[in-house]
Amino acid sequence: MSKFFTLLAREVKSYFYSPIAYVVLCFFLILTGLCFYSGVAFLSRGATEVTVVEAFFNSVPFWIGFILIFPPITMRVFAEEFKMGTMETLMTAPVGDWQVVLSKFGGALIFYIVLWLPTLLYFVIFQEVARTAAATSLGAYWGSYLELLMVGALFISVGCFASVLTQNQIVAAVISLCVITFFFLGGLISYFTPNISAAFRLAVNYGSVLEHMGEFSKGLIDSRRFVFYGSGTLLMLFLTQRVFQYRRWKS
Amino acid sequence: MIKVEHLTKRYAGFTAVNDLSFEVEKGEIVGFLGPNGAGKSTTMRMLSTYMPATSGTASVAGFDVFSQSKEARRHLGYMPENVPLYTDMRVDEYLRYRASIKEITGSRQRERVGDVKELCHLREVESRIIGTLSKGYRQRVGLADALLHAPDLLILDEPTIGLDPNQIRQVRDLIRTLSKHHTILLSTHILPEVEMTCSRVIIINRGQIEAADTPENLIHSMRAAGEIRLQIKTASAEEAVALLGTLPGVKEVSAAVEEEGWSLLTLRIDSKADPAESIWEAARDRKWAVRELSCRRATLEDVFVEMTLGDEEA
Repeated sequence: MSKFFTLLAREVKSYFYSPIAYVVLCFFLILTGLCFYSGVAFLSRGATEVTVVEAFFNSVPFWIGFILIFPPITMRVFAEEFKMGTMETLMTAPVGDWQVVLSKFGGALIFYIVLWLPTLLYFVIFQEVARTAAATSLGAYWGSYLELLMVGALFISVGCFASVLTQNQIVAAVISLCVITFFFLGGLISYFTPNISAAFRLAVNYGSVLEHMGEFSKGLIDSRRFVFYGSGTLLMLFLTQRVFQYRRWKS
Repeated sequence: MIKVEHLTKRYAGFTAVNDLSFEVEKGEIVGFLGPNGAGKSTTMRMLSTYMPATSGTASVAGFDVFSQSKEARRHLGYMPENVPLYTDMRVDEYLRYRASIKEITGSRQRERVGDVKELCHLREVESRIIGTLSKGYRQRVGLADALLHAPDLLILDEPTIGLDPNQIRQVRDLIRTLSKHHTILLSTHILPEVEMTCSRVIIINRGQIEAADTPENLIHSMRAAGEIRLQIKTASAEEAVALLGTLPGVKEVSAAVEEEGWSLLTLRIDSKADPAESIWEAARDRKWAVRELSCRRATLEDVFVEMTLGDEEA
């Protein structure tokens, strides 16, 4: 177990050793700052039924930017080590495949969480300034951040899988971006095609990140979503471990 | 220490290692030689447990590299070709990280990291970022890493490639020091080095073993283990060739005509014989004028060339 934490610590540190981390952090802070600003601007136009949490997490630029952060976080995790050859030193030390896969996934997830931490401050400040009970509910905060964590875990596992497929980081980034975008847009089908059957709409909405966020940011925490994201993440990690093993077998 | 039986590695379309079998005893330093693409690195990767074989088995310190891979890894230190390192870490940080994943913790970790830094002369760069180090230092960091868990067996893939002559000498001395406590399998292109350090040599070519013996025995077993150059002035070079060919110990004579009646004769000689004296006597009896009579002993390089180019020449 201590080996896993050593590997995990190395993964987390490696983010902050590279400039990518700071570029992503910077981009992300600007994006979330703008989204929060426009959310507050929208609310200040007059009485509305949405809360600040809903306004922040359900805007279009927020989601576009959100999708873009995953490829730079995950593209290097396996690809770089294969390219540099450090995979050889790593995998000839007494460590297991799963330890490596989970530490890389965990490292990316921790970096992702670090990205989100400053946004908590927005709401703290908002609360201080607005001083209205209606502006918030604890459930909405929990729901929104839980949803972000689950979507993040799933998309990061997709990114890890893309990275284990190749030793070229650009290729890994493009693959993960395509898969994540298609998955995301897939959830929007019901918006573009109004004449679909109810069953189909239900099926599409079951996998729609936007729908889920709509619920969670109201504080509606639905356990089906845990199953959905949890099983999706586990499946991607399982595939990652398989490919990881296979690559060394054929290399 | 190493036991390899019928080891084969096939990639799509070609066979990198073909039915290799050899053993390395405890305490040996074995040089693994072969031209580029002969299958040296592939074999070492399989022995280091990085890559499974297509067929055949290999074991390290009694542990099968495939089925008991983790146990085997605990007993071997491996330094891959070109020494891949995390270039964003500091030397000390890297060694401590490597020690932790090799299950060396606490006070033993401090002790071992200190020891290998001392042994590989890394004290003066311990707080530098690996990416800023020169090739020579990186090589030593790689070696220090391989030594961290005091493995019984060291597998070093081209430990001196890309180093300057002084650094090569330092690494060679280091390897000699290490041989007191470790069994070593190393690959290299620098043949004088192998003659100096290795107790045994395995030459492979196209995935197969061409020869495996001590450097001395390999030289002795060559078709011709040395060369004598003889420059004489004689009326008939053919007659001289015929005569010298009959001397004991001479295997082959070839002649080339030089300017003004001088002929250059090249005699390939047997490893055990020294016909220089009888050649001199023959020249004196026939009253040849002698300008040069020089002898060159065969080296491992000759063995290497003969083994690995032999069939193409023939």
